[in-house]
Amino acid sequence: MKIAVLSGKGGTGKTLVSVNLASAAEESVYLDCDVEEPNGHLFFKPENLREEEISVKIPAVHEKQCSGCRVCVDFCKFNALAYIKNRLVVFDEVCHSCGGCILLCPEKAMNEKEKIIGKIQKGVSGQVTVYTGMMNTGEASGVPIVKKLLNENKADEEMITLIDCPPGSACIVMESIRDADYCILIAEPTLFGVHNLNMVYELVKLFHKPYGVVLNKCQEGENPAERFCEEKGIRILGKIPFDNELGALNSNAKIAVRESEKYRTVFSSLLETVKKEVRHEAAVNP
Amino acid sequence: MKIAIPVDEKNKEANVCISFGRTPYFLIHDTESKECSFLDNSAASSQGGAGIKAAQFLVDNKADILLTPRCGENAAQVIKAADIKMYKTIPGSARDNINAFAEGKLPVLEEIHAGFHGHGEK
Repeated sequence: MKIAVLSGKGGTGKTLVSVNLASAAEESVYLDCDVEEPNGHLFFKPENLREEEISVKIPAVHEKQCSGCRVCVDFCKFNALAYIKNRLVVFDEVCHSCGGCILLCPEKAMNEKEKIIGKIQKGVSGQVTVYTGMMNTGEASGVPIVKKLLNENKADEEMITLIDCPPGSACIVMESIRDADYCILIAEPTLFGVHNLNMVYELVKLFHKPYGVVLNKCQEGENPAERFCEEKGIRILGKIPFDNELGALNSNAKIAVRESEKYRTVFSSLLETVKKEVRHEAAVNP
Repeated sequence: MKIAIPVDEKNKEANVCISFGRTPYFLIHDTESKECSFLDNSAASSQGGAGIKAAQFLVDNKADILLTPRCGENAAQVIKAADIKMYKTIPGSARDNINAFAEGKLPVLEEIHAGFHGHGEK
């Protein structure tokens, strides 16, 4: 059972919710797909770490064979190639590793070389297996790291898996939710929060993913995100209060479920709600 | 000698465009014939790497000088490799800048920004 947790911007509570849901389960897997700044491991402090480097293939040029025809330069949608003063220049960090230039080169003047873009770290924290994707600074895309993370998880298909997504609704988020059985959208109680919620709401609809919303940082008074959900008929899975105790635990990198009986109850019941939703989905849309 | 300037509109009184890579047009001024032409910048709508493509475009059009308010690191790499000299524009029209350049009043552009990679792309 794969549950993706996403939001339109950073800081809404994706990591809070996914780390605590993973901790509330009897046995679970946590995948940190926010490869630009993974922070779930700061809470889990996983042990028995194993690391694996992730590389992509980029073009290497054999200058002597290059005829200067510029087929590759014209082909590259990301403009990662330039031809200046009879020399082909590759901008490694702009390259998205599609391999098109190498395929099209009539002189076979290019071949693939490996370039390390980051790593995956695997460890254990209590009953949670923690996988963390970490991208090196300055790389074009973390998608290859996310793909690898999701593949790693293939073995534990049946286990409850929380996918902590990157913020926003771009390619890397689409990749992160690709295999998800259910999407939890986290929303803040502000107008800005509604805008961000709408971004991921449109995304999960586009991908035909079943989804529900968790309202975070709830206070007394009006909640624009809640009103948005009511207007659109979106299922609200739960509400997390704007609470000193939770804030203090979280800012000290403590997992609320492991520290507080109150929050163990909150997240256990949220997990049960989500599990029911997933089972219901599986029955209605097999 | 050919001078290239990113401009917002196709005339000499147009303002210099604040973006090099995504400017809609380049003004090309020939210092010998004193003639001006305007080129559509095909890099303007690029998904990514607009600076590289725009720089390649100027190299292919045999520009010797580039007058621009700023330039990103990837574009600068292409422009430097092609021995195109870069000067920093002053506020005003393209014509003002061509005149200021002729009088030797424009400073060499040395400050290269890290680019806006991924912003507006992803």
